[in-house]
Amino acid sequence: MSDVIVVGAGVVGAACAYYAARAGLDVTVVDRGPVAGGTTGSGEGNVLVSDKEPGPELELAMLSNGLWRALAEHGGFEFEPKGGLVVAETDEIQRRLTELAGKQGVEHAMVSGAELRDYEPHLAEGLAGGVYYPQDAQVQPMLAAASLLRHGAESFGRGTLRLRLGVTVTGVLRSGGRVTGVRTSQGDVLGDAVVNAAGTWGGEIAALAGVELPILPRRGFILVTEPLREPLIRHKVYTAAYVTNVASDSAGLETSAVVEGTPAGTVLIGASRERVGFDRTTSVPVLARLAEQAVALFPALREVRAIRSYCGFRPYCPDHLPVIGADPRVPGLYHACGHEGAGIGLAPATGHLLAQLLAGERPDLDLRPFRPDRFSEEAA
Amino acid sequence: MTGAPYDLVVVGGGPAGVAGALTAALAGLRVALLDSGARLGGQYFRHAAVPEREPGLDRFLLQARLLDGRADVLTRHQVWNVSREPGGDLTVHALTRDSSGERPVTLRARRLLIATGAHDRPLPFPGWDLPGVLTAGGAQALLKGGGVLAGRRVVISGTGPFLLPVASGLARAGAAVLGVYEANGGLGLARHPLLALGKAGEAAAYAAALARHRVPYRTRHAVIAAHGEREVEAVTVARLDPDWNVLSTRIVGCDTLAVGYGFVPQIELGTQLGCETRGDPDGSPVLRVDAAQRTSVPGVWAAGEPTGVAGWRQAEVEGRIAGRAIVGEARPIARRGPDGVLLRRRRQWRAFGEALQRAYPVRPGWQSWLRDDTLVCRCEEVPLARVREALELGATDARSVKLLARPGMGWCQGRVCGYAVSCLAGEAPRPPRRPVAQPVTLGALAEAAPEDSPDEAAQ
Amino acid sequence: MTFHITVDGRPVPVVPGQSIGAALHAAGVRSWRTTRFGGRPRGLFCGIGVCFDCLISVNGRPPERACLLEAEPGDEVTTA
Ligand SMILES: Cc1cc2nc3c(=O)[nH]c(=O)nc-3n(C[C@H](O)[C@H](O)[C@H](O)COP(=O)(O)OP(=O)(O)OC[C@H]3O[C@@H](n4cnc5c(N)ncnc54)[C@H](O)[C@@H]3O)c2cc1C
Ligand SMILES: Cc1cc2nc3c(=O)[nH]c(=O)nc-3n(C[C@H](O)[C@H](O)[C@H](O)COP(=O)(O)OP(=O)(O)OC[C@H]3O[C@@H](n4cnc5c(N)ncnc54)[C@H](O)[C@@H]3O)c2cc1C
Ligand code: FES
Repeated sequence: MSDVIVVGAGVVGAACAYYAARAGLDVTVVDRGPVAGGTTGSGEGNVLVSDKEPGPELELAMLSNGLWRALAEHGGFEFEPKGGLVVAETDEIQRRLTELAGKQGVEHAMVSGAELRDYEPHLAEGLAGGVYYPQDAQVQPMLAAASLLRHGAESFGRGTLRLRLGVTVTGVLRSGGRVTGVRTSQGDVLGDAVVNAAGTWGGEIAALAGVELPILPRRGFILVTEPLREPLIRHKVYTAAYVTNVASDSAGLETSAVVEGTPAGTVLIGASRERVGFDRTTSVPVLARLAEQAVALFPALREVRAIRSYCGFRPYCPDHLPVIGADPRVPGLYHACGHEGAGIGLAPATGHLLAQLLAGERPDLDLRPFRPDRFSEEAA
Repeated sequence: MTGAPYDLVVVGGGPAGVAGALTAALAGLRVALLDSGARLGGQYFRHAAVPEREPGLDRFLLQARLLDGRADVLTRHQVWNVSREPGGDLTVHALTRDSSGERPVTLRARRLLIATGAHDRPLPFPGWDLPGVLTAGGAQALLKGGGVLAGRRVVISGTGPFLLPVASGLARAGAAVLGVYEANGGLGLARHPLLALGKAGEAAAYAAALARHRVPYRTRHAVIAAHGEREVEAVTVARLDPDWNVLSTRIVGCDTLAVGYGFVPQIELGTQLGCETRGDPDGSPVLRVDAAQRTSVPGVWAAGEPTGVAGWRQAEVEGRIAGRAIVGEARPIARRGPDGVLLRRRRQWRAFGEALQRAYPVRPGWQSWLRDDTLVCRCEEVPLARVREALELGATDARSVKLLARPGMGWCQGRVCGYAVSCLAGEAPRPPRRPVAQPVTLGALAEAAPEDSPDEAAQ
Repeated sequence: MTFHITVDGRPVPVVPGQSIGAALHAAGVRSWRTTRFGGRPRGLFCGIGVCFDCLISVNGRPPERACLLEAEPGDEVTTA
């Protein structure tokens, strides 16, 4: 019998388990696959503050940014505080970026068109300018998730964090309305609380508990280049269109250039967003569009080869905010899912706040904007 | 993109692809055949600009000549993706190079024949990335395609009858072949299944060549380590038990080592299109086909090694069967029934191929040859210790080992280390997911971008 | 009927139709690049375009597979 059962060993589940164990709770993590085999295994690992509109998500991102830095001190995964550069193609876009940066209240520096190449020597000519955000960073998400689970298991007393892999949750057990555990492909697992950290499949877990959570897959492709001997790109660099695409409600294909180097020497190129269900079929037009945009931003990439690509399914909620907190409809059920394209960045704050709730403490941030029943209210 | 779609696009210019393309072209279909090599031939019929003699080669060259002029033969074209258009036709994305650099070539096709062959299946061992260590097929390709001896004093190791033509080829060409070490056992050369299973002439010729050149052939032996500073200078040869655990070792000086533990069928164009797969007896995922070589995806056929490794004769037979079926579908009036002789041959060679795979399995003891610092993945330089670490961190299969420790993330996309990583993760190899089957410059890829706005394109 | 390419400025004979990799091997050059992390020497391994061990830069272009690339008269090859 555990205090907490976390469903999902992605980066969000790992962070929930880590902070819950740190809070002295006894945790069991259950995943149908390996550690980080879900969307965490197909994310890029950006920990961004630059792309958020002022509001609850930005607050969550700021909290998370600090927590990632502290977690990275344990080692076990790469954390690169490399900074992000948002570039503007036109003066009008630069003006809007300036305005956004002013409202965010995040550490930043305005970059003129002439200064852009001091930041990124290989950027195309003729760009109007940009904004540099020194707090943007990158982690290797799979290793980060695995390390959090490892640290959690090793640091806070033996046996307080257990990992059960290859175990599928097939039902949520209840007694007198209250959650008492989960039914799995390998027997029942009992616990006082169940945390739904099933990412894009969070709606399915909620449904097992008899509640609705409107989480949908939003597909994204990433192109990966050959490893480069000399780093061509120093920061995470993206065009302003990225910010509007992230916030868009369109189901159709949207792409914007997001380019960055990795410690392995490869360059990762994103980002596409489209709602097409869980279809993994590679779309060559999407890959081509990503390549086109990346080359427009960094002409030197023209001769660089793409050697692979992958896709993943961001867990998307209609209002683009994650679901974090206790579900008032089912006592004992908590949610930590629906982080869309920012779950890696937002994982530590999510885990930290949820652990505070589980331990009966007052969370550091107001969780009302993330409450699980907000969608049914809107419908009513 | 070039206007009207081809009736058939064939990928692969080995015996399977050429036979399929020729069958269809002779029946009047509009056919294109693409191959990454400079000349048709594939692996077995690989030949220099001025070819040497080889069983079956004359016949193959005749087919290739007949094909020229009847079909668009595009050599030096690498296919990196095949996808289905909304209208139902297939788009074949290829790359070629000319004086101005790499150039994309896109073909439209009503039907596709996947005849992409196979590549060697290596196993890792200490020192396997030293220069002078090649795959058996690599040593053979160097000789057949370039007329170059891989080395002067050569050791050959691995499993399966394919080691024999490699050994006899090298010996004939003047290399001192210091030994052929076959990790599986039981049968001496004289009782080799090749002799029993009807390839008698060929196998006898290999056996005679080895005897003539006094090449020792040892079963239950394998090279388990290569040594040297900048190149291989010596190897450790081990006597093995039936599970391939080491019983005793000795050092053999040499300048070249050729190794091969079977083949990996290249099926990624099929998996890109969603073709169903099945496991061959040796565990390799291969494309599932019906009696007419049709895959589970409409309009897509496969022939030769992608449907299971069974040698060049089987590849040609399958290519012809596929070609006839494709003609039958394209020209229902001209439909001919299946050819009984071809079907019988295919059954025989399939049985032969499967028998060989069963007779020459990879046994688990090879894992004991590795040390903590032995590279499992050559591209990303991932040693065994990091693979083990990933398994301890919660990886439960080859994919999650790759996500946590990077084997298979590099240039070759796991073609070389994939089998070994699957074994280390305790599972059979899974069908590959390689949406970009060949590296493509971003410039060439960008040219495939649709003209219209992205939002419209998605509608 | 051979021609020459240059390898780090040194002439290497080629039989027409040979790949860069085959020509280098024939000239006794069996490694021409080093790996990113361990600095390990690499040359031909699979010989058929699968392993990418044999990457080489020809005429200043980005690296290509030496086993696939046919040598052309006057090619200038640089090894790392
Ligand atoms: C292309 C792409 C790029 C991205 N880039 C970034 C980025 O740069 N920065 C960023 O912050 N975010 C990024 N994201 C988003 C990020 O990857 C996700 O938000 C995040 O990984 C979600 O983590 P998670 O733990 O909630 O979900 P997951 O990692 O999907 O974990 C959920 C787990 O639940 C398990 N599960 C589901 N159902 C069951 C069941 N019934 N029983 C047992 N287990 C179950 C699954 O197996 C899975 O392991 C990107 C996403 C994509 C697709
Ligand atoms: C290196 C090697 C040596 C071999 N030697 C022998 C031998 O001596 N005796 C024997 O019986 N068997 C040998 N085999 C087994 C041999 O592969 C088969 O018997 C026979 O060649 C199979 O014919 P195929 O048509 O199926 O494929 P192959 O002959 O392999 O032809 C496939 C062709 O497809 C091309 N191709 C693959 N992918 C792409 C792509 N994406 N784009 C463009 N072109 C592509 C390849 O370059 C190749 O030319 C060898 C295999 C290998 C790998
Ligand atoms: S030797 Fe393997 S790709 Fe050239």
